[in-house]
Amino acid sequence: MSELINLSLTDQIHGLADKSFSSREIADAYLDEIKKKKSLNCYISVFEEESKENALLADENIAQNKVRPLEGIPIAHKDIFCIKDKKTTCGSKMLSSFISPYSSEVFTKLDNAGAITIGKTNMDEFAMGSSNETSFYGNVLNPINEKLSPGGSSGGSAAAVRANLCSFATATDTGGSIRQPASFCGVTGIKPTYGRVSRWGMIAFASSLDQAGIIAKNAKDAAVALKYMSGFDQKDSTSLNEEVKDFQKEVDADQEHVIGIPKELIENMKNDQVRDSFKNAISILEKDGAKIEEINLPHIEYSLPAYYVIAPAECSANLARYDGIRFGHRSESVSSLEDLYVNSRTEGFGREVKNRIFIGTFCLSTGYYDAFYNKALKIRNLIKRDFDEAFKKVTSIAMPTCSNSSFELGSISDPVEMYEQDIYTIPANLAGLPALSIPSGKVNEMPIGLQLIGNYLDEGKILNLANKFQKLTDFHEFK
Amino acid sequence: MSLNNWQPVIGLEVHVQLATRTKLFSSSPIAFGAEPNTQASEIDLGLPGVLPVLNKEAINHALKFGCAINAQISEKVIFARKNYFYPDLPKGYQISQLDDPIVGRGSVEIKLDEKSKIIGVTRAHLEEDAGKSIHDLYTNNSAIDLNRAGTCLLEIVSEPDLSSAEEAVEYLKKIHSIVTFLGISDGDMSQGSMRCDANVSVKKPDDQELGTRTELKNINSFKFVEKAIIFEIDRQIKELEKGRKIVQETRLYDSKKNLTRSMRSKEEANDYRYFPEPDLIPIKISEDQINDVRKNLPELPDIMKARLMKSYDLSDENAELVTANKETASFFEDVLSYEVSPKNAVNWITGDLFALLNKNDTNISESKVSPKHIAEIIQNIEDQKISGPSAKKLLEIVWSEGGEIQELIQNEGLEQISNDDEIEKILDEVISENQKQFEQLKSGKDRLQGFFVGQVMKKTSGSASPQVVNKLLKEKLSK
Repeated sequence: MSELINLSLTDQIHGLADKSFSSREIADAYLDEIKKKKSLNCYISVFEEESKENALLADENIAQNKVRPLEGIPIAHKDIFCIKDKKTTCGSKMLSSFISPYSSEVFTKLDNAGAITIGKTNMDEFAMGSSNETSFYGNVLNPINEKLSPGGSSGGSAAAVRANLCSFATATDTGGSIRQPASFCGVTGIKPTYGRVSRWGMIAFASSLDQAGIIAKNAKDAAVALKYMSGFDQKDSTSLNEEVKDFQKEVDADQEHVIGIPKELIENMKNDQVRDSFKNAISILEKDGAKIEEINLPHIEYSLPAYYVIAPAECSANLARYDGIRFGHRSESVSSLEDLYVNSRTEGFGREVKNRIFIGTFCLSTGYYDAFYNKALKIRNLIKRDFDEAFKKVTSIAMPTCSNSSFELGSISDPVEMYEQDIYTIPANLAGLPALSIPSGKVNEMPIGLQLIGNYLDEGKILNLANKFQKLTDFHEFK
Repeated sequence: MSLNNWQPVIGLEVHVQLATRTKLFSSSPIAFGAEPNTQASEIDLGLPGVLPVLNKEAINHALKFGCAINAQISEKVIFARKNYFYPDLPKGYQISQLDDPIVGRGSVEIKLDEKSKIIGVTRAHLEEDAGKSIHDLYTNNSAIDLNRAGTCLLEIVSEPDLSSAEEAVEYLKKIHSIVTFLGISDGDMSQGSMRCDANVSVKKPDDQELGTRTELKNINSFKFVEKAIIFEIDRQIKELEKGRKIVQETRLYDSKKNLTRSMRSKEEANDYRYFPEPDLIPIKISEDQINDVRKNLPELPDIMKARLMKSYDLSDENAELVTANKETASFFEDVLSYEVSPKNAVNWITGDLFALLNKNDTNISESKVSPKHIAEIIQNIEDQKISGPSAKKLLEIVWSEGGEIQELIQNEGLEQISNDDEIEKILDEVISENQKQFEQLKSGKDRLQGFFVGQVMKKTSGSASPQVVNKLLKEKLSK
């Protein structure tokens, strides 16, 4: 049954509908594969028995023609999404024994659509990291080359999709955490418009940047999955009360494209191979009829510093609730309230999380707020304006997802060098724009991603363009 | 206390708990006295992944207050995170307001010794309350009750326009009457629905700048506000006259010892690292919304007071007494609806009824004596059907046993005897039983007059008209 796990989501949906195979068969195949590839460390939790039972229930529904859109499809959730009565760790020792008493909206929506949650994927601690090495549960291995990093923070989700350990996986992206691991693992990852998917029950890192999305085998699969995850939610005040277009239809529609290329950014790239690969991808789309326009994003070079003020600032407040009082890790060596706070947090958080809490606390302190936080907000507005200007003449913007393909685990120890991983992905988070990454070539024998950024609420456009590219190329196929 | 030419400068920060059905950012109900931690949802507990949703009722309550004090209303309402660690603050930050408070500059009028004074209100903003820490329930452990966590507070900040403890109390009473008349709070200080901090400094009349101030915390009754401020003014003057400097600090009022003591200095004060709450979007307040609130404002205490003085010819003092809070004012108007004399109504409510309420440690909304009871008692007095002492007795009976006034008068034999013959017969009895005293009275020992009236009242169980007894006794003495 191993061929079942190679099928795309769309093919699995069709196969289940015409009863070529059962949900139980798919679930069993994934569960077997998960056992075989345990060393990849993709999962923090696997719900073996429950998945089998749910697959049987799905098969009953299918037999009775009560088929929901994702009926019986085994999927994985990043361990940042709360699921009622399930351990939700966020990759941290702090939450290693936290059993959530409620469920995230992302889980609820996909669960209601009939998907089976097969397990929860490994991730950088509190989604802070670009290599999956900050996880309390150890790093994930890149399935293509186990010496290399799968990227982060959604490394578990990207590797699980690449290794055929689930049909698709949910993920989150604050500064590139969906797109960078998608690029490293040769899969398709989309971060929708900020507010498109509810953040209710998704553990916060940086609230104004965090957005849930999908990692899937290809753009078509991502479009289907995203459709059932999106929509307004009263429980999230930043959720957008906007119509969710039928991405499934849009991805295959006949559409015209005008692609904006930030010329200066491309010319300034240090890695020739990455630049050549990018130019090759664009020429494929151009030959297919897409118009190419040069655009200017003058403030984009300030994205990284602005991001590393705003994200840590919000994180310093968001992570204050982990104080050892009501839930989460509580230190055993406590003789005062101060001890309880200091020791619980010192023991419960890893180094990178602490780094960011310190940076954020500093940036918000009296006397530094205007110099850092306020200035970063101004840059953020300028970047938004740059994009608004660009989208007056183009329908999407293309640039590389990363400055290079995957690197060796343990090879980057300088935090700033690690932060630079996100240099091309951060602008879309600052502007709140939808962006995706699709495999577009190889550098050093490892996949490299093409990033497509869309206008507000126009996920359909970039999914359509990505699908077009995947019809013309086979970079996305697992070989 | 000797002011010795020092001028106190006082400003108050009043926290008013708003009477909303649910909390400021969650749908948990608000009820005083519920079992600990039974009115706290995942949002109030600050669990990972939860998000706040603003309660519109709280906005409306705040707008009512703003309109009532003729304040500027902010066009948009922005919330901010105020960061500090405390065990009963679940998220490690309080959602409050910094810039653009919902209510801007306004004012209230207070009266002291017949002189009125305008006190400026700097701002009033919405924020969530913290939970409660309980330190005396378990040995070696503290307990936390999060029922109160997340309830709506309106923090009302005055200008430093108050120049004495008495003015501060008048101002606080005025705020109390405004919020109770508006129905936006029960204003119950004993239950913590209204809490007050005071900023106190002193200066010499010629000083251009204000003196160094201290902030007094934990002064949660009208009486303690007065005492704490008086103590603090005195302490500061004594310090300054000894040539010492006032340290800017927070001081705690100890009501048992009637003194204030240092809690933390300015250097030890928290840096709250305020920044805009990214989980909430700015709320726009429209001109229409404000006009709508303004149009539907209930009669406010100042206006009602003026109306009562005019319509019922009440004195300033009496009108002030019955408009001190909403419940008393409604009670008063209900009594008047039975067409009794307004002056008698004021006297009975603020005299005997208040005494009864005090004795039973309750307030007028819990009164077991209804406006109808009071009205009928007054009618019977006005018709000279019962005596004053009988009326008082009646009030006590109604309080403890309830019942109809007319029936009680008959059953208890409280009908006033104003028949001269009947009273004279009893008076003769008393005189013959107390010949010696009667002779002494005749020979000028005037204070025995009360003795004889008392004896008659005793024999008639208080139902004799004292005026008639006095009249008859005088006649007998002059014979």
